[in-house]
Amino acid sequence: MCVDHDKLSDNYDVIIIGSGLGGLTTANRLAYCGHRVLLLEFHHQLGGLATWFKRRGHIFDISLHGFPYGMVKTCKKYWNREIMQSIVQLKNIVFDNPQFSLRTTFTREDFTSILRNYFKIPQTTLDRFFTTVAGMNFYDDQSMTTRELFDQFFPGRTDVHRLLMEPITYANGSTLDDPAITYGIVFSNFMNKGVYTFEGGTDKLIRMMTDELTKSGVTICTNAKVDRIIVEDKKVRGIVTRGKTISARAVVSNSGITNTIYDLVGREGFSDDFLEKADAIRVNNSSCQVYFGIKKDSVIKDAGDLLFTSASPRFDSEELLDLHTRSKTFSIYYPKTRPGHDRHTIVASMNSRFDDWSLMDEATYKEQKKRLIDRTLIDLERYFPGVREKIDWMEAATPKTFKRYTLHTLGTSFGTKFEGLDVSRSLYKEIAGLFHVGSVGIIMSGWLGAINYGVIVANDADGFLRSATAQ
Amino acid sequence: MTRNDIKELIMEIIADIDEDADFDSLKPDQPLRDQLDLDSMDFLDIVMELRKRHKLQIPEEDYPQLASLDSCVNYLEPLLKDA
Ligand SMILES: Cc1cc2nc3c(=O)[nH]c(=O)nc-3n(C[C@H](O)[C@H](O)[C@H](O)COP(=O)(O)OP(=O)(O)OC[C@H]3O[C@@H](n4cnc5c(N)ncnc54)[C@H](O)[C@@H]3O)c2cc1C
Repeated sequence: MCVDHDKLSDNYDVIIIGSGLGGLTTANRLAYCGHRVLLLEFHHQLGGLATWFKRRGHIFDISLHGFPYGMVKTCKKYWNREIMQSIVQLKNIVFDNPQFSLRTTFTREDFTSILRNYFKIPQTTLDRFFTTVAGMNFYDDQSMTTRELFDQFFPGRTDVHRLLMEPITYANGSTLDDPAITYGIVFSNFMNKGVYTFEGGTDKLIRMMTDELTKSGVTICTNAKVDRIIVEDKKVRGIVTRGKTISARAVVSNSGITNTIYDLVGREGFSDDFLEKADAIRVNNSSCQVYFGIKKDSVIKDAGDLLFTSASPRFDSEELLDLHTRSKTFSIYYPKTRPGHDRHTIVASMNSRFDDWSLMDEATYKEQKKRLIDRTLIDLERYFPGVREKIDWMEAATPKTFKRYTLHTLGTSFGTKFEGLDVSRSLYKEIAGLFHVGSVGIIMSGWLGAINYGVIVANDADGFLRSATAQ
Repeated sequence: MTRNDIKELIMEIIADIDEDADFDSLKPDQPLRDQLDLDSMDFLDIVMELRKRHKLQIPEEDYPQLASLDSCVNYLEPLLKDA
């Protein structure tokens, strides 16, 4: 399925740099439109952050914690029915912190009833709130922040703010200071029908997508880092990968937007106005994760699928990012996750700052990783007493790990803040035939955001390839 | 293409997007979005499909012209007259 680097042709209609869910989807759509597509991936595995790794019979998923119901329709339309059919609901979402402990399906119905009965918010306020957020569009006024939105509907209710915000901060790194529209769009996506996962795991999804790409006729090459995008007279000409030049009429970069501009093209390729906007892009935070594998014949009780836990008295996005944060999510993978594989694994995720980890010397880094695992294990034992005895694998990933595998600026887990969307969308106006796809603007991140953005960008690239300028 | 051909074409594309779409009660002068539960991604699919099948380039500022079945036909009629 993957072609050797030295067997690649010298020319394709379009080259996709990177195989995150955005890049994979753009590749598939453009092949469907009849173009000759080359997909180049730096890593030896496809999927980007939609990835997994194996240790001692365990399979650990990195970014399979939950996505909105919209994935069902999106996978059916842009991938295939089999992929769609593996999407299943995660019904037990747990919150546990000093302000409240509760269990929910994370649907509008259930959230409404919790907010009404437990938090005593009047139904009319809830109706108005849900209608307001559901009506938000990305082109609406973005001056209102999420903090202002919450203060308007739930003044002084830090507990309600926490319930509404904490999951979204984990899902895309946004904070109370980001535009309310980004919150409204993402939150409403989840509230539609709850939280879903992919039965069979990330490895199965990426295998199915790879099969589909092969059927569509996409040429795939892994271990193929692109070092440069070739631009002449403000037009894209091709790319250089491991010393080989390959030409194409269009290039779609799924590398980070900042990486694409500064590393792959270089500042000299852009106008001052554009660079001013690009320089203002703030990338999102990175992550830390701790992976626990449960021994083959050991069992853990069902304590929920996704646990939002914190020992911090109040929700505070700075606290969530701190090296010593007391807030983390636990994703519990029961045997139902991978039917037939029958193992339990647990992945703890935390938001994290790149610089907190990148500036450590080697010895400190090792020591801090060990302490991270120790702290996380203590927290885990609150939910699974005695679990320590059942664990036969523990490992941690830090922002440096995410950077190493994706090359993303500052190891960003969720692309950029809102301003990155406009820069990503206007790249082709600077360099004809060059497009960017991948997590940007908060709303175009996550599995659903990345796939849908892949479709949007495929439409742009297809329009370009069929236009007179591209001939 | 005749106006009727264009109508058939649009309905065929929508049926591919959503096999449950109910065309029987569809009011041609009313927005498709409300009647068939189409979202903005679905409209993008229509644009892409028209480009694929008929080499039509529909600029983003013209997307609102695709709002109802009637407006689709009006907009596409001159563009598809030789198709
Ligand atoms: C810890 C964590 C947990 C997450 N959990 C969830 C979740 O539960 N649900 C959810 O919906 N989302 C989750 N996300 C977010 C989601 O995984 C991402 O938003 C999405 O997968 C990003 O897709 P993308 O298209 O932006 O590309 P990426 O996944 O960022 O991939 C980019 C690809 O480009 C490649 N590349 C970069 N530069 C080059 C180059 N020069 N040459 C060749 N290849 C290159 C990289 O190797 C990589 O494969 C999570 C993310 C993280 C980090």
